[in-house]
Amino acid sequence: GSKSTVPGALALDKPTAQRDATTYNNFYEFGTDKSDPAENAHTLRTRPWTVSVEGECLKPRTFGIEELLKLAPMEERIYRLRCVEGWSMVIPWVGYSLSTLLKQVEPTGKAKFVEFVTLADKTQMPGVRSGVLDWPYLEGLRLDEAQHPLSLLGFGMYGELLPNQNGAPLRLVVPWKYGFKSGKSLVKIRLTEKPPITSWMAAAPREYGFFSNVNPQVDHPRWSQATERRIGDDAGPLGGLFAKRRPTLMFNGYAEQVGPLYAGMDLRRFF
Amino acid sequence: MLLKRPLLLHPAVKPLAHALCALPLLGLVAALLTQGLGANPAEALIRGLGDWGLRGLLLTLAITPLRVTFHQPALLRLRRLLGLWSFAYVALHLTAYAWFDQGLVLQDIVRDVLKRPFILVGMLAFLLMLPLALTSVNAAVRALGGRRWQALHRLVYGVAALGCLHFWWMRSAKNNLADPFFYAALLALLLGWRLWHRWRQR
Repeated sequence: GSKSTVPGALALDKPTAQRDATTYNNFYEFGTDKSDPAENAHTLRTRPWTVSVEGECLKPRTFGIEELLKLAPMEERIYRLRCVEGWSMVIPWVGYSLSTLLKQVEPTGKAKFVEFVTLADKTQMPGVRSGVLDWPYLEGLRLDEAQHPLSLLGFGMYGELLPNQNGAPLRLVVPWKYGFKSGKSLVKIRLTEKPPITSWMAAAPREYGFFSNVNPQVDHPRWSQATERRIGDDAGPLGGLFAKRRPTLMFNGYAEQVGPLYAGMDLRRFF
Repeated sequence: MLLKRPLLLHPAVKPLAHALCALPLLGLVAALLTQGLGANPAEALIRGLGDWGLRGLLLTLAITPLRVTFHQPALLRLRRLLGLWSFAYVALHLTAYAWFDQGLVLQDIVRDVLKRPFILVGMLAFLLMLPLALTSVNAAVRALGGRRWQALHRLVYGVAALGCLHFWWMRSAKNNLADPFFYAALLALLLGWRLWHRWRQR
């Protein structure tokens, strides 16, 4: 794809090594260890693949993956990715704004939220047999967040199709929120009137809020969110063992672009 | 015993045990030097050392049940050695956290510990291990007297429980509880055996 012209879409940070971004993943459907997805995700079948877009919209329908790949020109976007666990990466994604797809189904006036449903198939995903979370993995955004040009429907990274462990064949990428908000291997997108209950909210409501915006001032009960370890920083022979943690930026550094979405909101309450 | 001299009394047993205890540490260092710890070596090192600290503690606590159940009094020779190696792994775990996660900035460490109660629990476990490690020499046993020494060293039950809680609490943030559950169940078994054994001896 060509470089994106969306403001803020091309971070100047040095991209993470492709090897690190494809071997250090959270994708519980393939296991809970960071190395599990890269080891187990080869069993995922990404063709044929369909995504149904439904709910509060005038033209609900199911899209085939080939159609989605051609729906809009592919753009390269370099986003910072901040995990709630306190580490971060910089990843060159390939895709287009989620809003492009949402426009296709014409949301009604009642649509206020968007729910994202990801694949949960025991036969392809060994982690789905475990009771770590209620499957399928659910995520959600407010409609205006989903329509923000930075919200990306990603099909590739590092100039290639997404590897299975990174959420093939298509995933969400919302760079100003903690990484778990960006659902992988999407199969359904539902426009709703009420806020969806996400998987992490259901698992631990006091720890995971609906918004989950990157915010150094609001700590997770078990993790300080003030700083982060940037994977690959000062990576010498010992792989960055002595690298200093960096201060975490408000909205992961996207405050200029997305700050207005939250004007007047108490972000401590709506975490 | 069928053997005239139990195998456990062989002079090579202790050096062999030391070598086995050092193996995980050597493995971690070798992996670090060959870039085998993945994208986040600091995290892998901290967690690897912590895992072995907890495993060592449970192994130490397994000595008495094994010794009694299988009538192997010579196993006692290994208890102090295992306990001290556990302490070494826990101390290295703490050092790795303070150094590679917090850059050895005391202010940052204090702030982090206060924000993350599961680390506070881990710190407490380490502090309770300190007097045990310091009084592990024979002279300390003599100075304290056997009874008092033994009472002091019962702290190890609390240390192991805190260690399990520390691990459980850390993992529960991401709902990933299979491993901590296994360790906690093992600890419950080892402590439960002690209660049962005491009750039976009455």
